[in-house]
Order: sequence, then structure tokens, then C-alpha cells
Amino acid sequence: MSASSQTFRLAPKAGLGGEIDRDKPLRFTFNGKSYQGYAGDTLASALLANGVDVVNRSFKYSRPRGVVAAGAEEPNAIVQLGASEAAQVPNVRATQQALYEGLSARGTNGWPDAQRDMMSLVGKFGGPFMPVGFYYKTFKAPASLWMTYEKYIRKAAGLGRAPGESDPDIYDHMNRHCEVLVVGAGPAGLMAALTAAAGGVRVILCDEQETFGGSLRDRDETIDGLPAPEWARQTIERLAAMANVTLLPRTTANGYHDHNFVTLHERRTEHLGDTAPMVDGRRRSRSRLHRVRARHVVLASGAHERPLVYAGNDVPGNLLAGAVSSYIRRYAVMPGRRLVLSVTNDHAYRAALDWQAAGGEVVAIADARANPDGELVERARAAGIRVIAGSAVIEATSDRKGHRVNGARVAAIDIEGFRLSGEAEVLACDTIASSGGYSPVAHLAAHTGIRPVWRDDILGFVPGQAVDPVKGFSVVGGAAGVYALPALLEGAAVKVTQALAADGIHVDASEPPAVESIREGEAIGLYHVPHDKPTMRAPKQFVDLQNDVTAAAIELATIEGFESIEHVKRYTAMGFGTDQGKLGNINGMAIAARCLGQTIPETGTTVFRPNYTPVNFGAIVGRHCKELFEPERYTAMHQWHVAHGAKFEDVGQWKRPWYYPQRVNGKLESMHEAVARECLAVREKVGVLDASTLGKIDIQGPDAREFLGRIYTNGWEKLAVGKARYGLMCKDDGMVMDDGVTTCLGDNHFLMTTTTGGAAAILEWLEIWHQTEWPELEVYFTSVTDHWATMTLTGPEARNLLAELTDVDLDRDSFKFMEWREGVVAGVPARIYRISFTGELSFEINVQANYAMQVWESLFAHGNKYGLTPYGTETMHVLRAEKGFIIVGQDTDGSMTPEDLGMHWCVGYKKPYSWIGKRALTRSDTRREDRKQLVGLKPLEADVVLEEGAQIVFDPKQAIPMRMVGHVTSSYYSPTLERGFALAVVKGGHKRLGERVYLPMADGKTHAAEIVSPIFYDPQGSRQNV
Amino acid sequence: MFHIYCPYCAEYREEEEFHPRGQAHIARPADPEATSDDAWGDYLFFRDNPRGVHHELWVHAVGCRKFFNITRDTRSYAILETYRMGERPTVTANGPEAVPSATATLTGALA
Amino acid sequence: MSKVVQFDPHPAQAAATQSPLHHVAAKPAVGETGVTLTERAFLDHLIVRGEPGVLAGAVEAVLGLELPTQPQRLARNETGSLQWLSPDEWLLIVAGGEGFRLQRELREALGEAHFSIVDVGGGQTLLELSGKHAVEVLMKSTVYDVDPRHFPVGKGVTSVFAKATAVIRRVDESRWELVVRRSFADYCLRWLLDAGEEYGIAHQPTQPAVASHRQTVTDTETVS
Repeated sequence: MSASSQTFRLAPKAGLGGEIDRDKPLRFTFNGKSYQGYAGDTLASALLANGVDVVNRSFKYSRPRGVVAAGAEEPNAIVQLGASEAAQVPNVRATQQALYEGLSARGTNGWPDAQRDMMSLVGKFGGPFMPVGFYYKTFKAPASLWMTYEKYIRKAAGLGRAPGESDPDIYDHMNRHCEVLVVGAGPAGLMAALTAAAGGVRVILCDEQETFGGSLRDRDETIDGLPAPEWARQTIERLAAMANVTLLPRTTANGYHDHNFVTLHERRTEHLGDTAPMVDGRRRSRSRLHRVRARHVVLASGAHERPLVYAGNDVPGNLLAGAVSSYIRRYAVMPGRRLVLSVTNDHAYRAALDWQAAGGEVVAIADARANPDGELVERARAAGIRVIAGSAVIEATSDRKGHRVNGARVAAIDIEGFRLSGEAEVLACDTIASSGGYSPVAHLAAHTGIRPVWRDDILGFVPGQAVDPVKGFSVVGGAAGVYALPALLEGAAVKVTQALAADGIHVDASEPPAVESIREGEAIGLYHVPHDKPTMRAPKQFVDLQNDVTAAAIELATIEGFESIEHVKRYTAMGFGTDQGKLGNINGMAIAARCLGQTIPETGTTVFRPNYTPVNFGAIVGRHCKELFEPERYTAMHQWHVAHGAKFEDVGQWKRPWYYPQRVNGKLESMHEAVARECLAVREKVGVLDASTLGKIDIQGPDAREFLGRIYTNGWEKLAVGKARYGLMCKDDGMVMDDGVTTCLGDNHFLMTTTTGGAAAILEWLEIWHQTEWPELEVYFTSVTDHWATMTLTGPEARNLLAELTDVDLDRDSFKFMEWREGVVAGVPARIYRISFTGELSFEINVQANYAMQVWESLFAHGNKYGLTPYGTETMHVLRAEKGFIIVGQDTDGSMTPEDLGMHWCVGYKKPYSWIGKRALTRSDTRREDRKQLVGLKPLEADVVLEEGAQIVFDPKQAIPMRMVGHVTSSYYSPTLERGFALAVVKGGHKRLGERVYLPMADGKTHAAEIVSPIFYDPQGSRQNV
Repeated sequence: MFHIYCPYCAEYREEEEFHPRGQAHIARPADPEATSDDAWGDYLFFRDNPRGVHHELWVHAVGCRKFFNITRDTRSYAILETYRMGERPTVTANGPEAVPSATATLTGALA
Repeated sequence: MSKVVQFDPHPAQAAATQSPLHHVAAKPAVGETGVTLTERAFLDHLIVRGEPGVLAGAVEAVLGLELPTQPQRLARNETGSLQWLSPDEWLLIVAGGEGFRLQRELREALGEAHFSIVDVGGGQTLLELSGKHAVEVLMKSTVYDVDPRHFPVGKGVTSVFAKATAVIRRVDESRWELVVRRSFADYCLRWLLDAGEEYGIAHQPTQPAVASHRQTVTDTETVS
């Protein structure tokens, strides 16, 4: 491909194509064909330079579509980017995608490609005549077939596709804080940033385009004696040199959230290649989400030009007037040869003047106003351009395939009467540009609930009053409906000065720049151009090009009874999807208003939600993915567990050893085998568990004991120094929320343990009661979970092993069950707690975590002869369940009282203070006899292990749906008992010991089980007391 | 994403550092055993859901770990004031005199 | 006098020690070094709680530091650093092995007052971040405003760090400290190395390599 393929590229000329570099040609492919463009091009400008008319097929009707706009509002040129499968990016606007060497893109819709679309032959579904609500009406019945329909509809619809391979790029987030965030770097935004920067405050200026400057890039007025684009360039340079200013080009403000929190999506390397290039062997993110907290948000997002709605207005060759100027001036690209312009305002005349100056033929300007007389109109007339007053393009005609405009039907129109007032004239042309005025970009403001309000003087909606009076928020320039350069620059400076003054920041108001002003005539309101046929029968007149919504569809919706604009929107899909109504919304509302016989403000507007333009998932996720998806919390012995082949279980964010499969006869044990071995080791010899993850809270203060008495269900007043006690905690609704052993270290000093998952929540629980209800109690809580490493040594040989390593007297009479001692273990100062969660003789050794491995390894160095076996959480679960010890959150679910659990022994009914949860235990509901109560279940067949969660019934013969009376909460195979066993909750279960229940399973089998005590092993508790 | 002034840290902090804990000024009945089932149920389960000014209990969980109150407009999400435990709000739906008497005492925790 | 048990966690003789990040090998930056990360392990960390009026005198007498009562303030001298965490909570970081003695002296000075001092040295570690791009690495990691204009030297905050939490302190013009919990240290380190990659991050070996053992020989008495 040579430069000669760029048949629509203008020859070099001063003032044209200032943004491209002709010395840097770039190759790219579109729909498999190779083309050439230049550095500085967008994909859209390069396609237009190469005369590519059809860039896509439309969403619903599969009609050929071309480039319409030059910015984010582009509805048609939406492409799938990426040469390789892994680099696929859907929904990219060609008008915002910078060209790079080797860029490869395809139109999003159309099969096999947009030029030769097969879907249009069948018209997708229902032929070419698909009325509004077609899907709702056609596929609504029978309901059972919807899944089938949907599959094909989705296939046909096509909104791009996700890559089928892992994304090689990385993405990240950056948190930013500033006093002034300016969204949009057009004339108003630059002025606002300049003003704020002069105040010395932190300023962030972002703009979604490759290049700052906004409309200044397309104007030839002079500012301070400089041509507008040059003034913009110099202003940007000044800002870039200021330390308090951050400039973010290629950065879209996509969401405006509460309290001036704005998300900015910066495309950092999207202009450089399919994947982010490495720099000095280091990766950098492809795109970045900036999370900005701003004291003031200045919305300078400008305005989108509104196209006129006329028949055939979707055929390639129909463009926005402003886009014509943009392509000519920025990229030296003529989007055609012969132009017809249809306008309602003076501003759009620039397109014709630029077209002619670039050497194109302006066939005519159809101006809807009866007497256009502004300065630009005079210039056009003086240049010999035919201006047809009181008229509009009513229809674009096209070649047979609809691939390009070949003529414009222009007629005199009666706007009030919505009819033609003269015969249509056909003008041969290849391009029709239209301008129905300008719509301030109010999207971002609407995100926080600021409703747009209609202004007759500018014929558009502008952001209304902020609903949050505290918020620093201002709208400047085109976004506020201020279009004339002098007023816009001055207004931006004044608003920012005032906003900062409200915070006591003084800005020296410098003279606003001197701007050449152009006298403009008044614009007229025209949205939908009448046709010689009624709207329903006229050729399609598109309102929303991206969603294929026509004027007829909106009219039909109103006829079918949709009166609220929100309902019309949902029925027709107008403004849906990635488009968010950028071009079509106002026209659609105007049409609905006319059909309903209302004004536009009476009809109202829909509002917009984040995101303004699509954001890739990568940017949303940032670095919170793969190995950094979620924190993994490690104990001090974690590396040992890894080295010894442990399988891990996630408990909250902790990685806990689940079991340690051993290689037996060359084969790795299954979980069942490993757990059986670990269980028997603990019951017969000695095992060790890393219990460091248990929550630990240090409690100090003279009222510590009183506090414990109020927060726990049981009594603490008599717990002596040196002793430990199991405690149960309820919420004030009487339901168990946590449990654990608390130790009395000193009269005013306790160590509370909590469940692993509950540690943070319990600390907050203690604080909320202390801070809000009992601030008079003198007590402090401090988390020491991570400080201590905890090793549970348990089994008949535990004492013999520990005795080899410690100076503590372990004799059963001097160190009793539920006591603690301080001493040295393996040379390390330790606290030893004689508590047991297995039912065996147990010692919990606690040392400062940095010394944990010395102790842990010493245990194993001495433990071999005793058969010391490391065990994991699965074995811990089996052993505790054999003893009927509950796990809060597994055997309880927030609806179990201590009494439901059969733990009356742990309830201090006579404590003087009405502790948390006590009152609820006498409510009628908690006194019911048929509450679900914790019991043991013994399957009649010994080898059956019931499913956890399995539902329980009394009568297996009853009709479905059966009456469910409870469920299994914990279920295991016990290698000690050599049978399956379970804990379960059963209605009135405590009085049903010995009764039989049934568990019907999904596979049709029904298990029978006997209700028994939940304590399956050593019910006297003698083994832990030896 | 709220921007919340912590009255203890004396500066605005990001919402991610805080946990909401429901309606503020729910005092635990002084004598639970003498409280009727209905009144106890109200204390446990029933909360206001106003359109407009609302007082909420929050905790600066990742920060100073102190509980405090927020007066917030549920329509605009504007935070009208934040105040420490034991203090009275100065902004209420119907002026300061309409503050429930419970605010004069210390505020309560959630069930 | 509160009946509280003090516990000296350090062995009388040198023992094998492992810092929370002992398992991650140090690594130089790829290309030019823009950020340097160092674990400063085995310091003694104490949480001191009480009313400022109760604590200030004892703190000044024992540590030679004025108790920082302004929020987010960090005081520092040759003994160590003392950081405001909350109106009734401070983080004291001193040399490894010094914590037990200082705690005992504080307890003696505070007498019967209501306060709490808790040793948390095994539960957290300190990471030092320095270099010209340290601020950017922090901006990627925390929602707190770490802009030097807003975060002067001598400030310290507790905030969100990636999906964990950290105490973030500015030591001098170019150095920052992160105090992270032991169990989250591996995650935080991996996060920092990832966030710092584009700036060239060097991960220095942990300092010191091993803990110093008990500084003052005491029996593990119960202080009453």
C-alpha cells in the first residue's frame, strides 16, 4: 500500500492537517485489507483518507454505516481491535483510536464483514420490517422458548466479543486528590485550568481526545492575536510547565460519583500498539483508572453537535457538520468531494467554508431559517455558495447497495406545521453534513443526580442545580450552553475564581484573553425534518444510529401508549448501551414531545449513568487480579507447611493447612486417607496443629472482668488468675455469634480468643459496646492475633513430648486442664494453655511469631519417637465434631440460641447485668419448643457419610414437597469410631433422642439416621483431663 | 463513594476506611428484663428509613477505630455533619428541638 | 495498680528468628532504580492506650518524647518513634529487645492509672520505601492523599493499602514507612513489587538479618 491509496488526503497546506505527521506513514488493516495512514491520525480519519465508506453494519437492520463524528459521540464506527486473539478489544470508537503501526481492526457488526453482510439479506429476524418492540412482541411466548430465541438473537446482535485468550497486558489504578479537577481541555477547560493553577492549588486537567484543545483545534478565530489552535498549544505548554498541574490526555472522565469522586480512564498505551510496550524491560499498564477525589469539579465537557433526522440519514456520507471541519483541519482529510449542508445555525457554516477552502465543491447550504444573516452566512454567500433559506435536506439518496450518498433531496419546510412547504429538489452530491444545533454534554453531571434543565435560548439541556449543596461543582463553556468564545473564556475564569474564593483561595483575575468575536444570527429549533410521506411510511429516519432507533419507532411507541420518556427509551432502546444517547437523545425527546403534543421540557429528558464511554474490565480490575486478587494471610509456619506438601484451605483470607498428604508406597494419599491417618495419630499418639489464625484480643483494665460478663453469656467474676474458660457470645437478639476461650492473665488482664473468621468483627463488636453503651467501663482492647504464633500439641503423648522441651511443670495436678503457665519452650519464652478442641490431652504453645519456627522445628526434632504428626483443619473438624464441639458459622447460622445448641451450661441466667443476648432468650419465639436444636445423627448404615446441608424429614413416605424439619450441619467419617456421623439441627431435637429421621437425597436414595447426643466420643471428657 | 469527615482524626477520609453501622441514637433499654417483648423487638429490629435527613452510626474501621455519627440527606447523599459519640446533632429534619431524647444520652449499638 | 502480666517475648540466648518476609529473596531493580524497598524487622512494637492526660507525663519521662496529641502526628527521637493512632491510642516502635524494659518503666511511672500497653512486635513489620517514585507507588496502593503537600514529614496515618491495611508514615523528604501486619506482609510486599515495577523497584535484604536477643536479663516476672 502506498500513500496514493489515501485518495481523500489533502495536499500539504498551511493550517490543514496540523495533527498528522506525513513523514511517519503507518500501515494498518481494516476488515483484513491493508491501508496506510499517518502518525497523528485516528483510525477514523485514516479510513476516511482511504475512501473507506462502510465501516460497520447497523445493530438491528444490518444497514451499511460510515463515520459520522470525530469524537466520543461516534455511533457507527465502533470496531473490534487487535491482531491476535489475546489482544482483542471490543467496542472501540475509531474516532478515538489513534493509529499505530500494524493496527488491525474490524467492524463490530456484520458477517462475514461489513462490506458483504449476509445478515442483511435475511434482515436478521422478521425481514427488513422490524417494528419497535419487535423482540418483546415476537419472542414473548411461549416463555419456554425464550432461551432458544435468545441464543440466536445474541449471535445476530453482536456487540463485539471478548478475547478468547488471557490478556497479556496489565492495568492499574491510581488514587489522586486535587483541589480542582477540570473535565475537558477545550477553550473553557483550558481557561479554567489556567485560572485554578494560578491559585497555586493542585489541578488535574483531563480530556478524552489524543490532543488537548477541543473546538479550538477546528477554529480560525484569533485569541490574543494567535490563531486558536496555536493559542491552545501555547496554553497547554504553560500548564505542562506548572508543578501543581497534572495533564491527562487520552483520559475520559467516565463516572461522577458521590462527594466529587470521579473515575478517569486513561488509555496509556492504546495509541502505541496492540499490547503495551515494555520500557527498559519493565512492564507498564495499558490503561489506568484514576480515582480522583476533587474539592471542585469543573465540567468543561463541551457540547455535541446534534444531527438532523431525515430520511436516509444513516447512509455513509452523512456526517455532522463539525466533524467535516475536524477531518479537514486536523487530519487534512476530505470526507467526500461534493457537499450539501443542512443547518439550523450559523456555527455550522464553518463546514462549508472549510470544505470550499480545501478545494471541495459546496453544492448548497439548506438553512432551515427564513432569513439567515450572520457573519458566517455572509461569508458563505460572498464565497459564491448557494444558500437555500427556509429549507432542509429531507432525504439522502444513495447507490443501490446503500454504500454512499449520491444525492440530497432538499425542500422548503414548515417547521411549525411539520410538513413540506414546497417541492423537493434533488441535488447530486456524495456528502451531506447536518447540524441541528448543539447539546451540552450533561452526562457526567447526571451521574450524581443533577437533572438536566431545558433552555429555550440555546435549544438544549444544561446541567441543573447540584442536589448536594455542599459539593464544589461548576459547569463552564459549551457544557453550560455558552458557545461564543469571548463569553466562554471569561465565564470559565470567573466561575473558577469564585469557586476557589469560597474556599478562601484568592486568584488574581488576569485579563481574559482578547478574542476576535464573530456575530452569529439566532438559531432555530429543528430536530426531525418532515418528509413528503408520513413518518411511518417514509424511508427510515434514524434518531439513534447505534441502536437503530427511528423516528417512526418513537412515534409508534407514543401511539402504543408510552408517554413517559423513560418508558419510550426502554421500549425503543434509544440511548442504550455504549451510546448513552450522545447524538440521538434530544432528537428523540423532541419527536416524542411533538407526537404527544407537548413541549420538550414538558416531555423531559432521560438521564445518564456511568460509564460515559465503555471502560475495559482490565482498567476496572486494575492489579486486583491473579496472584494479587485477594490478600493471602500467612502464619509464621506457612513456609514449613508449603515445604511439607500441605494442601491449604481458605479460612477468611488465611491460608490454613487443610491436610498433609504423605507419599505411601510411591502414591500420594487421598484426602480421606490423610485425614484418617492424622485423626488416629492424635487419638493414639500426638499431633500438632498450627492454630495461629485464631483471633486474639488483649484486654486490660479494672473493668475488664465486668465487661466480659456483659459480652459473654456465661460468668467471669470467679475466673482466677492462671485459669481459662470457654465463652459464648450472642448478639442482642439472643443468637450465637462467636465463641472462644478467654484466659485470665492477671486480675485486670485477659486474653480473649475468637474464631479465625470472626477476629476483626469481634474486636469491632467489643469496641461498639464500649464506645457507645458503656464508655464508663475502664477497659482497652488490642488485637494480638498476628503477634502470637500458636501450636496446638494434642494427643496422649503430648505431655511426654512437651516435657522434653520446657521448664514448665506439666504434672497433671500442678498444671490442670483449663489452666495456663508461662515458661520457656525450646529456648523461647512461651505461654502454654492447657485447653483442648480435640478431646485429648492438649497444650497450646504460644510464642512471639518471629520465634515460632525455632519452637515448631524443635517439636519435630523431638517428636519423631512419639509419632508426632502435623494435622490440618479437616482433621481438626473431625476430632472436634466427634466431641460435639460446635463451629460457629458451620453448626450455627445466626438463628441458633445457646439453648438451641444444648449449651445451657454456658448461660449465666443469674448474672446481675442483663448481658448481651439474655433478654431475647425469654421472647416467645426463642421459647418455642419446636425450634431447631443441635443433635447428633448416626446413619443407620455405618459407612454412610451424610451430605452437609442435606434436609431432614420425619416421614420419608409423605408427598413432595415434604415437610423439612432440619438439616445436617457437619458430617464426617470417623476413623476412630469407624463409621459416618453427623451434627444436625432438628426441630425439637433435644426431646427426640433415639428417634429415627430420614434424609431424601437428590439421586433418589433416602438415608435413615438415629438422633443421638452430639458427643460421639469420650462423653465423660476423661481423655483431656489426664 | 463518600468523603467523610472523621471527628476524631479531624480530616476528611475515604469511605473505604469506614463501616456503616445503621441508624444512630438507638439506645439499649436500660432495664431489658423490664422491657416488653414489643419494645424489645422495636429496639432489635425496627429502624427509620426517612427520605431526607437521617442520623447514622459509622465507625472509622481502618483508621482510629472510633464510632461516631453522621447526619446525612438520603436524597442527595450530602453529609450535613459528623459528630462524636455522646454529642447531639445540630442538623435535624425539623430543627434541633425535634431530636429524640435518646440523643441526650449515649447512643446505642446495633443488635 | 492494674493487675497486668508483662511478658518478655525474647529468648535469653540467641534463637533462630524469622521476619515476616524472610522467605522472599531480595532483588535489584530492572534498569534504573526509582524506588527502594527494605524490611526493617525485629523492632519492638507496642500499642499504648490511655487518656492523653494520663499518659503524657510518663511518656515524656521514660521515652523523652512529647506525647503527640494532634491527630496523625508522629514523634521521634533516638529511643524510637511514637505515633498517634487514635485519641487514646499510640504506636511506639523501639529497638528490638528494648520493649520489655520500656514497658516496665512506663508501667512503673503510670502507677495506678487506667491504661494499657500491649506488645505487638511479633505481629507487625516495618517496610521502608524510598526513592523518587515512592509517592507514585503509594498512590497506586492507598486511597489516602500522600501528596507531599498534604502529607508532610512527621505525619502518619492508618489507611487502606491495596486490599489490606497499613500504617503509613513519612520519615523524611524521601523516606516513607509502612507498618503492616505480619500475616499480610507477603501480600503487601508482592503488591509493592508489582506497583513499583514500572519505576524500577529494588527490594533490599531484610535488616537486621536476625533479631537481637533480650537486652536486659530479667526473669519473666509478673508485674503487679
